[in-house]
Amino acid sequence: MPKLTVDGIEVEVPAGATVLQACEIAGKEIPRFCYHERLSIAGNCRMCLVEVKPGPPKPQASCALPAADGQEVLTASPMTKKAREGVMEFLLINHPLDCPICDQGGECDLQDQALNYGRGRSRYQENKRAVTEKYMGPIIKTVMTRCIHCTRCVRFAEEVAGVEEIGAIGRGENMQITTYLEKAATSELSGNVIDLCPVGALTSKPYAFEARPWELVKTNGIDVMDAVGANVRYDARGPQILRVLPRVNDDVNEEWISDKARYGPLGLMKRRLDTPWVRKDGRLQKASWNEAFGAIKAGLAGASGDQIAAIAGDLLDVESMVAMKDLLGTLGSSRHECRQDGAQIGGEFSADRGSYLFNTGIAPLETADVILLIGANPRWEAPLVNTRIRKAVRKGGARVFAIGPEVDLTYAVEWLGDTPAKLGRVPKELSEALSAAERPAIIVGAGALARADGGAILAKAHGLAARSGAFRDDWAGFGVLHDAAARVGGLDIGFTAEGGVDAILSDAENGALKALFLHGADEIDTGPLPGVFKVYIGHHGDQGAHVADVILPSASFAEKSGTYVNMEGRVQRSGRAVFPPGDAREDWAILRALSDMLGKALPYNDHDALRARIAGEWAHLADVDLPATPSRDVKITSDGKIGDAPFSYSVGNFYMTNPVARASEVMQDCAAVILGDGDALQEAAE
Amino acid sequence: MTFLDDKDRIFTNLYGFQSAGLKAAQTRGDWDGTKKLLAMGQDAIIDQVKESGLRGRGGAGFPTGVKWSFMPKAPTAERPSYLVINADESEPGSCKDREILRHDPHKLIEGALVAGFAMRAKAAYIYIRGEYIREAEALQKAIDEAYDAGLIGKNACKSGFDYDVYLHRGAGAYICGEETAMIESLEGKKGQPRLKPPFPAGAGLYGMPTTVNNVESIAVVPTILRRGAAWFAGFGRENNKGTKLFQISGHVQNPCVVEEAMSIPFRDLIEKHCGGITGGWDNLLAVIPGGSSVPLVPAAEIMDCPMDFDGLRELGSGLGTAAVIVMDKSTDIVRAISRISYFYKHESCGQCTPCREGTGWMWRVMERLVTGEADLEEIDILHDVTREVEGHTICALGDAAAWPIQGLIRHFRPELERRIRDYRGTAQPMMEAAE
Repeated sequence: MPKLTVDGIEVEVPAGATVLQACEIAGKEIPRFCYHERLSIAGNCRMCLVEVKPGPPKPQASCALPAADGQEVLTASPMTKKAREGVMEFLLINHPLDCPICDQGGECDLQDQALNYGRGRSRYQENKRAVTEKYMGPIIKTVMTRCIHCTRCVRFAEEVAGVEEIGAIGRGENMQITTYLEKAATSELSGNVIDLCPVGALTSKPYAFEARPWELVKTNGIDVMDAVGANVRYDARGPQILRVLPRVNDDVNEEWISDKARYGPLGLMKRRLDTPWVRKDGRLQKASWNEAFGAIKAGLAGASGDQIAAIAGDLLDVESMVAMKDLLGTLGSSRHECRQDGAQIGGEFSADRGSYLFNTGIAPLETADVILLIGANPRWEAPLVNTRIRKAVRKGGARVFAIGPEVDLTYAVEWLGDTPAKLGRVPKELSEALSAAERPAIIVGAGALARADGGAILAKAHGLAARSGAFRDDWAGFGVLHDAAARVGGLDIGFTAEGGVDAILSDAENGALKALFLHGADEIDTGPLPGVFKVYIGHHGDQGAHVADVILPSASFAEKSGTYVNMEGRVQRSGRAVFPPGDAREDWAILRALSDMLGKALPYNDHDALRARIAGEWAHLADVDLPATPSRDVKITSDGKIGDAPFSYSVGNFYMTNPVARASEVMQDCAAVILGDGDALQEAAE
Repeated sequence: MTFLDDKDRIFTNLYGFQSAGLKAAQTRGDWDGTKKLLAMGQDAIIDQVKESGLRGRGGAGFPTGVKWSFMPKAPTAERPSYLVINADESEPGSCKDREILRHDPHKLIEGALVAGFAMRAKAAYIYIRGEYIREAEALQKAIDEAYDAGLIGKNACKSGFDYDVYLHRGAGAYICGEETAMIESLEGKKGQPRLKPPFPAGAGLYGMPTTVNNVESIAVVPTILRRGAAWFAGFGRENNKGTKLFQISGHVQNPCVVEEAMSIPFRDLIEKHCGGITGGWDNLLAVIPGGSSVPLVPAAEIMDCPMDFDGLRELGSGLGTAAVIVMDKSTDIVRAISRISYFYKHESCGQCTPCREGTGWMWRVMERLVTGEADLEEIDILHDVTREVEGHTICALGDAAAWPIQGLIRHFRPELERRIRDYRGTAQPMMEAAE
């Protein structure tokens, strides 16, 4: 614990800290451009120069200098001040004076620091440098004349995203940041370089010239594009969400979000359901709420008990699902199902919460030393879990084994074939590595569970974990990698029914089912089901709405306050960023009104009462933002047999996994440009 | 004044009058009793080098023996040490390593073995400048000869010490002569200097302890050991010991590379070896005494200055690589410094801000000062810019770009002002009104 003084203030810092960190502990702000605490130290911008004694008679880069006992740091001395002014002047001589048309304006590090540490006027009389724009794909807009060569983007791409596609070419003042061949960056995390860029060189292409930061209303939200529960901020103006930015949460998303979290929500302005629809004469026609409710009342007539079922979608908050469950309860039915993909977890398979959680936890995963992926493609199913695995490999030298079709996960993987058979006869190298591991982590993907032998695979994986000593006092090396934001919440409240979606659909075909609520459920192929009365409650005109007899327009995740449980069981709440469009209403309010129409009103009149009702039955769902409490004693039994069909991953097209993302033009572009999936684009754009 | 006797010359084939091959080298005394030198033991060798007062010949003048002593005393198989020999001789004016590489390569290879043994290195990497094509061929031939003769490789010189020497060719970037940029380049990356600390002795090539030495520093070591530290320390002034290769270019009758005792007065060096200044001593304008990166020294100050580290530092300049660039009064001194500025602008790696932006700025102002198309205040602004670059960069290239301009302004300010006034006089007086 070195002790040093910063401007006369004595501070004690942890061993290995830098002078810059010591200055921050002492409450002294050090200007910086290239330094970023989640990236390696480059020390190239020279903005953080400070005078340090003892040392050479010149200022030192505080970001790279280890703090040492007895150092005297001067952050306001003439030497420090002159160094800062000099560096600032150099940064500005070739930086264009285009702040009025720059999208970074108002949130630009260069602007702010020039104001605080610059000299105020320029002595540079030569021509400024101009640099041609570089193509970096549908997400990143470049104005490379503004680049100050801090190399944050280069380091992010190489270290965090794991794609060595951004780099510097040229030398001296001709150095340029580029994607070498000017191809789109093929990373699902590429949007983060926009946040990292301290100037306006890399900005958001879809957000170009849209707004100034001070015009935007900022709302804290939780990302629903996958089950990580990344903390985000929705920036909206009027009815429109203009951009999504990450919030810092070291336990969940650090300060990154996936491109889908960033640009998927732009689909909220497209293909919205903003009025009720009722099918008359075979065609969907606009209707009033009363007409729609009347149609539902008529449609449900004669149906009773388990002849009525509900399927919940992947984006739903807990409140909406509870309200739906309660509505079914008033109708005498308990056929509610949230496992749209047919995953064999939770419900009738195991009541133990640990059987379906990602028990290892997202942040602790980066300390694992041996990781086994079973039918999981974390890069697409949960990119921010993938960055943790990458960190475990890069920093901790972890070994990663995987069973499934070979894909590029951005780190070295020892592939063990693509059939579950390997779980029955564990290869020697895997069993040896697992038994030698201090912190083994076995991860089962959603794709491995959504098959006929899913339950058996989960049991086998759990058995392997138990045999490998994956459950310890401080470690739970077994977890399910979910890909749907609503899934864990749904399983927590028991939104499951015996037989799952398959049973519901087969009952629908053979006439045993009379009515079906599709609550934001767009990922199942219901077919025409002529004998079944179908109600779609949701916000996008996608799969579910196409087949419905009555459509009730509801609020999306950004248009209501909602509770989400992420894959590790962390309960988080998302705020309302904008109001739902047109006649759309919040889900619970729709269901409350419908219940009234049907004569059995739900017992809550406002959102708080609904939350109180939830907390009454599931106390843990009121523990918002607490650290996840993983199960260290998971019990799973299954007598099923493992089949030999090869695994397939749950996400086939990263950019097109839900109706909102499918409606987002940016995601369509990404799918076409980065995945070369032009067909998906056309289909989705219909 | 006594000059260096032929018997005291280390580089006896500097001019290539004899073959560079192994046989000829052995007749000149190379590889003679190398096993016995190694038998002295690592610490004894380092002590001898320390005692000899040898300071690094690459420009910075850091005591070589002290540098070696920073290396770990007991490297392991997982963490071997490396010696990197800097043959990326790119400093404008310098051409001494080239003569060693092509005419006396065995001195370097033997030195590499002895130095590597002393610092407990596993192998030596010789990073040679890309443009040195024939030199690389000659050196590779010498390395092959040494391997074939069992002088290096497994059980080098039958000493029981295994030691490899690798030759790596650069691609023509001046910055790769900076030690950490050289290490980056050797690792196959873009040649950009690393932050220090960590210093190469702690984490250098492939993250292992590494010492980077100049060709000349390494090549003189076997001779020092054979003839004794006291012999080497017998030349030159206190703290500036030994013999040194001087490279005199520019306006002298006979430009040459010559080995001389340190601290030889400038006048003697020129008179004895170069046949004097063109047009006589009255015609001398200024001298850049240590390669392009040190400030120039005006004629009057340098004439009787001892050519060594301390003597030239007292004049506000430096010995550098002892690349003496002599300029007589026919030189356009501003143009000359501007050309040097262009060189540094061209060779800046672009990694850190002051150098990347500053070198271009300085060069552009220098270009205008050549014609005088500037304001008088700009001389001060330019000087201030050089002060903002100096000492604020990751490596010393920023300093090297700043110092020549500082030297020019310090000594030739009247000339700069005259040009500006002359330009004003000839320029249209309408200029200001038209602004």
